[in-house]
Amino acid sequence: MAIETQGTKGIGQGLLKGLGVTLKTMLRPAVTQQYPHVKPDLPARTRGVIALKEGNCTVCYKCARECPDWCIYIDAHKEAHEPAGGGRARSVKVLDRFAIDFSLCMYCGICVEVCPFDALFWSPEFDYGEYDIDSMTHEKDRLEQWTYTVLPPPELEDGAQPPAEAAS
Amino acid sequence: MIAETGVSIVDQLTGNFWLAALLKTVGVLGFFLVVPLIVGYMEHKVLAHAQARLGPMEAGGFHGWAQLVADGVKFIQKEDVVPAAADRNVFSLAPAVAMIPYIVVLVVLPLGSDVFALNLDVGIFFVLAVSGIGVLGILMGGWASANKYALIGAMRAAGQLIAYELPLVFAAAGAVMLAGSMSLINIVEAQRDLWYVVPLFPLFVIFVISSVAELSRPPFDMPIADSEIIFGAFTEYSGLKFAFFLLAEYGGIVVLSGITSVLFLGGYLPLPFIPLPGPIMMMGKIFALSFLVIWLRATFPRLREDQLQRFAWVSLLEIALLWILVVAFAKVAMN
Repeated sequence: MAIETQGTKGIGQGLLKGLGVTLKTMLRPAVTQQYPHVKPDLPARTRGVIALKEGNCTVCYKCARECPDWCIYIDAHKEAHEPAGGGRARSVKVLDRFAIDFSLCMYCGICVEVCPFDALFWSPEFDYGEYDIDSMTHEKDRLEQWTYTVLPPPELEDGAQPPAEAAS
Repeated sequence: MIAETGVSIVDQLTGNFWLAALLKTVGVLGFFLVVPLIVGYMEHKVLAHAQARLGPMEAGGFHGWAQLVADGVKFIQKEDVVPAAADRNVFSLAPAVAMIPYIVVLVVLPLGSDVFALNLDVGIFFVLAVSGIGVLGILMGGWASANKYALIGAMRAAGQLIAYELPLVFAAAGAVMLAGSMSLINIVEAQRDLWYVVPLFPLFVIFVISSVAELSRPPFDMPIADSEIIFGAFTEYSGLKFAFFLLAEYGGIVVLSGITSVLFLGGYLPLPFIPLPGPIMMMGKIFALSFLVIWLRATFPRLREDQLQRFAWVSLLEIALLWILVVAFAKVAMN
């Protein structure tokens, strides 16, 4: 009976308030995003797919070695580059293949974290499903395409430390 | 039995009794098959928007208007399962017993001063008597299912009918006393000066609450109570038989909204400053009251079984009786 004595403001006030809440919600536009017709607004940090900016990659293999389930495949060869001003030839690694098997990938993001030269990014693209598990391995051209959908990082919050790379 | 006021538009058009009967039957059945679907679609949409969703958007193209047609096609395709232990004949008959009373009530429901199938002298008595049969279908279905949840649901439905039929009848009695007639047309015509919702406001509220309870609609859906007894009396039903129960529920909303409108909101009478034809006014009132029923569902949680019985016996019945007393005194004093 404690509940009944609490609401002694007037009979049915709570009921009317409840009706008001549902009516107000009815008059507000719905929050539903009609996905197949409309692309959803995804936040900048969305872990949709991993994109590769090939020009930044130095073939250091760090991503492939840190990957917990070995889903990154890298093939490369060495070339000797003669410096324009003369001197001994420098050995440079050239990327032949960079592929991620997204049927194995568990989207942990360690490869993105560990990349020392900002060659890997998270892109919010998510609708790259296939009917065949073998088709889930995507080569570097496809990974490069996804870099165009990478969103700029969100604004820092008030009082946050500036990023380390901005200070150096 | 037939009241003298008003002649149905069908009878004005044709003098042939059988042709008129056929036209009226087609009209009533068509009304029953179309309007409840519109109310069902409205329920989808209103509930969705009350929860900040969109509801059906794909079926039929424009805002999912054909969703309930698609649902109907789905129900037809489903296997018609009858439990092994069930009483087959009673089990199969139950959906019809639940649905047909509402079709029969539509026969006396006036949509306009000359748009109706039959003007019975005992109109409101007929309506209340026949619409009470619907619950028998639920009781039959629950008993014949040979399922404990179905049986509990059926018992709750029976208890609810007894509890809420009384305030419903008393609320209707108030309007009948004021109008001095039981014919639905005469009740509407008696409201030319003042809709009965004004002098009989408590009875209007009681009538709406009791009709929601009669239909076992939330917040009075203890007989269905899906979180405790699966789906009550309908637990074992599937396919078309289940669809008939659903159609009976939405048909019931339409019928009881129509009766509420006739008794308290002036039926087909237009608003003072909006002279619209009677059938449009009546349909507008039916849809507005159906919206209210859906709105209540979107807002309130289910009552507990004891709260539900207590509410009917301890508050609704007393208020209804008291107001009838007031109406009786006022009527005598004014004469």
